[in-house]
Amino acid sequence: MTNKVTKAGSISRRRLLTTASAGAALAVSPFRINLLQAEEAPIKIGFPVPLTGPYGAEAQDQVRAGQLAVAQFNDAGGLNGRKAELVVRDDKLNPGEAATRTLELVEKEKVNFVVGSLSAAVQLAINNVTKERGVIFNSISQSDAINEAADFSKYTFHEALNPHMTSGAVGRYAFTKFGKKVAFLTADYAYGHEMVRGFLEVGKEFNIENLGDIRHPLGTTDFSTLLPRLQSLKPDILCISNFGRDQQIALKQATDFGIKKSIQIIAPLLSHASRVAAGPQAFEGVVGGCSFYWGIDDKFASTKAFNDAFRKMYDGKLPTDYGALGYGGVRTVLEAVKGAGSVETDKVVTALEALKYDYYKGPQYYRKCDHQSVQSVLVIKSKSKDMKNESDVFEVLSTEEPNEKNLRTCEALGHKS
Amino acid sequence: MAGLSFDLIALQLFAGLALGAIYVLFAIGLSLIFGMLTVVNFAHGAFYMVGAYVGLYLISIGGNFWICLVAVPLLIGLFGLGVERVLIRPLYGRGIDYPLLLTFGLSYVMVECVRIFFGKTGYPFDTPEILQGAVNIGVGYFPLYRLFVIAATAVVLLALWLFLEKTSFGLIIRAGARDPQIVRVLGVDVSRVWLIVFGIGTAIAGLAGLLAAPLQGVIPEMGGTILAEAFVVTVVGGMGSIGGAILAGLLVGVVVGMTSLFAPEMAKVSIFALMAIVLIVRPQGFFGRAGLMS
Repeated sequence: MTNKVTKAGSISRRRLLTTASAGAALAVSPFRINLLQAEEAPIKIGFPVPLTGPYGAEAQDQVRAGQLAVAQFNDAGGLNGRKAELVVRDDKLNPGEAATRTLELVEKEKVNFVVGSLSAAVQLAINNVTKERGVIFNSISQSDAINEAADFSKYTFHEALNPHMTSGAVGRYAFTKFGKKVAFLTADYAYGHEMVRGFLEVGKEFNIENLGDIRHPLGTTDFSTLLPRLQSLKPDILCISNFGRDQQIALKQATDFGIKKSIQIIAPLLSHASRVAAGPQAFEGVVGGCSFYWGIDDKFASTKAFNDAFRKMYDGKLPTDYGALGYGGVRTVLEAVKGAGSVETDKVVTALEALKYDYYKGPQYYRKCDHQSVQSVLVIKSKSKDMKNESDVFEVLSTEEPNEKNLRTCEALGHKS
Repeated sequence: MAGLSFDLIALQLFAGLALGAIYVLFAIGLSLIFGMLTVVNFAHGAFYMVGAYVGLYLISIGGNFWICLVAVPLLIGLFGLGVERVLIRPLYGRGIDYPLLLTFGLSYVMVECVRIFFGKTGYPFDTPEILQGAVNIGVGYFPLYRLFVIAATAVVLLALWLFLEKTSFGLIIRAGARDPQIVRVLGVDVSRVWLIVFGIGTAIAGLAGLLAAPLQGVIPEMGGTILAEAFVVTVVGGMGSIGGAILAGLLVGVVVGMTSLFAPEMAKVSIFALMAIVLIVRPQGFFGRAGLMS
């Protein structure tokens, strides 16, 4: 009996080995690739975002909402049955890393499109790669440069707001309400510089006085040596142009220094995830801009539908601003694929250009000359009382409707008309 | 920009000293462990981070900040004892690089564990109510909580000094650092001494993390930045010298403070520029002993 078992065991082991090696041979053979192609490879969307680092919280929301857009596309039958897939990569908030990952996505993963990024410098690095290789890139992070002729290509789309739009909306609101003497605390990189430039530009209309701009390196963890100087300038408004963890810490420490007692703090962009991570104390009373807030669902059916779908997929969680961008960025590309009936780059570009869409925040469209998404900008204030749920963190003070007048003109961006 | 007033410069100087106090508190444990055990503890930042998370957890289950001030260093110190006993002790006598690599790896494991249990996103950590707000220190307003951190640092330093200078156990620690062989010959269990020193070092790291939490919130990566800065402090002060760590920590704070006044974007770089200058002029740091690293 024992003998039999052993014998049987050895046979099956031999058979196992044969099967395994045959399988291995099959796996590397061109035959398998043919098999896969026969059942049609999925439509792949490369999604490089900074999952680790100071913008990690926002990046995770981008992924969640991007997955939702893909799931909805697939549930609706895909492109004649062909499904889509999100290929997420961590760009670590580093332009070099992002360029490498994007190259890998394009060359190795053979993605059809790239959507993603969360930093001005990083998205420009991605854009360089996709531009060169003729791959559509829909950026979901703020940048002014990406709209300019030098960085633009017909493959470049920009679903996010740009600093000019954001600071314009916040400036128009704040400079009439809080005063004309303005001091700046700015993250020393493209995003911060572009925001300040935007504030100073819109400030001309209101005759604001620029008391000074203090710049700090990205990733600063202690602002205590910068704040006394800002306080001594005695501004009406302190404008904090940084983002993510830098913003959380700056606002927390500004609160500790008692700056809010005499000075109104504004920020071009307040991120939902940052507000949650830093808590109500740090953000209390701060006024800023954003591209999306779930609370506008009483105004737009699309917002309500997006909120509900997101809630359903993520156990009752509500989407955030950067999440919404991830959703919008992926969904527009997939809708264009449906519209074009193909994943061919040129056809999808044409379909995107023709898109008039309302997927999560009211009407939007891509301006022809620079592919900037023309859309509304919300001016919001951070809440610290009477919060209905954990996502109830902002109050919408005003909405700037979609209007090309609030964008820089095509000529100013260097595009030939 | 508006002109520089005396008050502003004085306030800036003070802000720099207050920042320096945080550096001192962090670097002191690092220096203590290196000075006594010649272990370059790359996990120091991770102990600091875990201290903040333990504080967060204790508060979430109903504790308050004052309980944390006692409980956190105790728990992190105990954790440190375990780490020394199980992981670091087998590596003594194998040179400086084995424990260095071990603690480097350990820090990754700790950060990853915290990410798994608490998530990757940060948490807010409110300043204790009675320490909120700013007070006038004569030249301007300064956050009360930062004054508290300076006081806490002073208390830790005083306690450490008393322990090392005035107790017989402290005497053994100091002797063990000089010549472990003779101490062993005298019948003292040196490994027990090192165990306790490591525990004290990590306890202080945990306390530093807890004290830093209300300043900047809590994230798994919070130990990374400060570790780089703390190594600058220990190198400038002289590896292993506690007095050096205190002096260098305050100096680094003041340099950051003053640079911020004139060229804020250079504040972070100024720390490393200072280190470069000190290393050129005095390679062993202020109070460093030559040859400790070899």
